[in-house]
Amino acid sequence: MTQKKSTQEKLWYSGNEALALGAHEASVRVASGYAGTPSTEILENVVNYKEIYTEWAPNEKVGLEVAIGASFAGVRALATMKHVGLNVAADPLFTASYTGVRGGLVIVVADDPSMYSSQNEQDSRNYAYAAKLPMLEPADPAEAKEFLKLGYQISEQFDTPVLLRSCTRVAHVKGVVSPGEIQTSSVTPGLVRNPAQMVMLPAHARGRRVAIAERQKKLAEFAETWAENRVEMDDRSMGIIAAGTSYLYAKEAFPKASFLKLGMVNPLPEKMIRDFAAQVDTLYIVEDLDPFIEMRVKAMGIACIGKEKIPAIGELSPSVVRRAITGDVGVATFAPVDLPPRPPNMCPGCPHRGLFYNLNRLKVFVSGDIGCYTLGALPPLSAMDACVCMGASIGMAHGMAKALGDEGLGKIVAVIGDSTFIHTGINSLINTVYNNSYSTVIILDNRITAMTGQQPNPASGTTIMGEPANSIDLPELCRAIGVKHVRTVDPHDIEGTYAVLKEEIERPEPSVVITRFPCVLTPEEKKRPKTPFTSSTENCTGCGMCLRIGCPSINWVPLSPEEAKAMGKKEKQKGYALINETTCIGCGQCLSLCKFDAISTGETK
Amino acid sequence: MKEQGNIHFCGVGGQGILLASELTAHALLAAGFDAKKSEVHGMAQRGGSVEAHLRFGKTRVYSPLIEPGTVDIMLAFEMMEAVRYLPFLNKKSIVIVNTQKIAPPIVATGKMVYPDHCLDAITQQGIALVPVDAFAIARKVGNLKAVNVALVGVLSLYLPIDEATWVEVLKKRLPAKILDVNLKAFQEGRKAGK
Ligand SMILES: Cc1ncc(C[n+]2csc(CCOP(=O)(O)OP(=O)(O)O)c2C)c(N)n1
Ligand code: SF4
Ligand code: SF4
Repeated sequence: MTQKKSTQEKLWYSGNEALALGAHEASVRVASGYAGTPSTEILENVVNYKEIYTEWAPNEKVGLEVAIGASFAGVRALATMKHVGLNVAADPLFTASYTGVRGGLVIVVADDPSMYSSQNEQDSRNYAYAAKLPMLEPADPAEAKEFLKLGYQISEQFDTPVLLRSCTRVAHVKGVVSPGEIQTSSVTPGLVRNPAQMVMLPAHARGRRVAIAERQKKLAEFAETWAENRVEMDDRSMGIIAAGTSYLYAKEAFPKASFLKLGMVNPLPEKMIRDFAAQVDTLYIVEDLDPFIEMRVKAMGIACIGKEKIPAIGELSPSVVRRAITGDVGVATFAPVDLPPRPPNMCPGCPHRGLFYNLNRLKVFVSGDIGCYTLGALPPLSAMDACVCMGASIGMAHGMAKALGDEGLGKIVAVIGDSTFIHTGINSLINTVYNNSYSTVIILDNRITAMTGQQPNPASGTTIMGEPANSIDLPELCRAIGVKHVRTVDPHDIEGTYAVLKEEIERPEPSVVITRFPCVLTPEEKKRPKTPFTSSTENCTGCGMCLRIGCPSINWVPLSPEEAKAMGKKEKQKGYALINETTCIGCGQCLSLCKFDAISTGETK
Repeated sequence: MKEQGNIHFCGVGGQGILLASELTAHALLAAGFDAKKSEVHGMAQRGGSVEAHLRFGKTRVYSPLIEPGTVDIMLAFEMMEAVRYLPFLNKKSIVIVNTQKIAPPIVATGKMVYPDHCLDAITQQGIALVPVDAFAIARKVGNLKAVNVALVGVLSLYLPIDEATWVEVLKKRLPAKILDVNLKAFQEGRKAGK
């Protein structure tokens, strides 16, 4: 089964880099997925292993289906996504549990406790239970790599897809990782017809349902002796059951306690848990988010302490665990100081900014979506009024239009990024046209999936491998769907965009406005010579108009009445705007806002 | 410095904080320590407040997160950000701070002012502060992006790693095009911190 080492040197890898190396060492041949923090860099690193075909799928459901197909064809396959991506991929997931696999299939899902970059905090372990699938949970990068390889063995041995739960503190933690043996699959690639297992019509599925029950039993037995479920006996007055990063936090907080460290969180090793519980005085279950292990341990009739002490909201840490269990607040800490907040902001010259400035002016209700442009909800742009999940903007706007009828006409728009439109927005646009809505859909085509770090998408014209690809013609696509009014504007042209928006929003028919200009962080934009703007302190009257677009390159310099006077300005002028010429990229949006000739183009650099 | 330690990096997205923490981690590994580092990507990088936790030790490091009140050294790339993470410090912490002010949007749009003398919140607690004008160093060596490596130069004075190891790491980890400028920035940082 095993061959050569991939390399000898010890590596300093993030969890995502380690997972990519794990895919290489497990001889994965096809990897697909959709970007999403904190899972994105897995595929971005897998792409460096040339033997693995790697791609960005338009969404997680497609990504998983590609991986299922590759597995059916007899090669090892990987699908990656963030936690909410698994909602999108849930449909194939639940039935792939029935079909089982040919080549090993692992789905990596990255949770985000505390929602550092997510719209919710769901606990993916519930999917493992609901879909009746084994789930492994590594604690750090080194384990992430090993568990991925073990996942492929389990997948082929038990004829099952395997879930691997990562999280922010595995994915984006760096640690020492050792390269290991290359492991090969026992399956021969090729097309094998096996309808009873691969064609899930009811008669077949009923048979498979029974097979799953048997598989679950076997997996539960396997979990009892699997080396990654292990007991570390020490002080028996305190016993802790934990998996993943929760184990690390508990270990740090209580180095002397006894531990049952679970590498597999579904199914659980019942006998092992009973034995461990019997050997310790007080049993604690330390786990982040839901009481997943706790509920099952309690259902076994074992007394334990869990969520009555350990927080179910937000990520754990050694101090949170220690305080929760002993009440010990640890070292006294200094109180935080009240400071101006520093939320993220769109980049200087971001094409989205001009659009949101206009939406704010138009006072429409903005049904929003997820991407860099969600930052348009923050002041001073303050032009997003709803945002639920990827792709929801268009359906929600249509729902609002149907709810309000004529009363809502001219008041509702949907905004959605290019990647999000392709992810799950297209279906909703079809619905809008099919069911005769009047809502206006604005597609923010910045040529890339920006928020997660500039991944190419089916409209960008390249693949993750850097090869040229077909680029969807968004206006043509919208026309094909049946939208009669499709217009493309340059969002940096504030007045031009305003005029088009006004017309389309008032139209009693579906319309699409595409704001097309590349994200400033795309490779082509970064290379393009820039002409930063300059501000004239002399001409600036301090009216504050240019500040309304919230560009980080425009700074307000406050003036006292004396200072204002000394500068030859009216005493009541409270300050002036100053453009930072090192960060301004010369997008020109602020220029059109200034009525006093205080902003002008500088020199190209 | 003890056999183990916690280094907190903080500043504003885009200042090169992640690279600084990477170089430091590699120097620690080269000096024979185990280490773990935690970063937050995604939204935080659009000009927001950014932090990285780096923990090292002669024995295995478990948690990648630094607990409040347990930072040994803070490397702050911006003044207000140093103050934001005050709860991570204790009286024995050393705070190396780049004396640069970067206005957050709410200040840049004139809705709030940048707090005067904000570092007082740190010194008032009796915490040792090492102010460094890393921006001036970067300008002097001729590359405004060298702020991060200049600060790493200051940090290097406080870690049990010899200079040669640092220089090796810089040579190995930085692209040839910017290596000389950064080696200069590193040395200037060491001078400024002494
Ligand atoms: C189901 C799901 N998958 C992935 C994500 C992570 N995510 C949020 S926005 C986004 C892409 C945004 O791209 P685009 O719509 O082009 O907007 P941009 O950031 O370029 O402005 C991704 C991948 C998510 N929130 N939900
Ligand atoms: S990364 Fe691109 S899309 Fe996102 S804020 Fe910056 S310029 Fe705008
Ligand atoms: S031109 Fe104006 S709006 Fe555009 S980046 Fe420069 S300062 Fe910002």
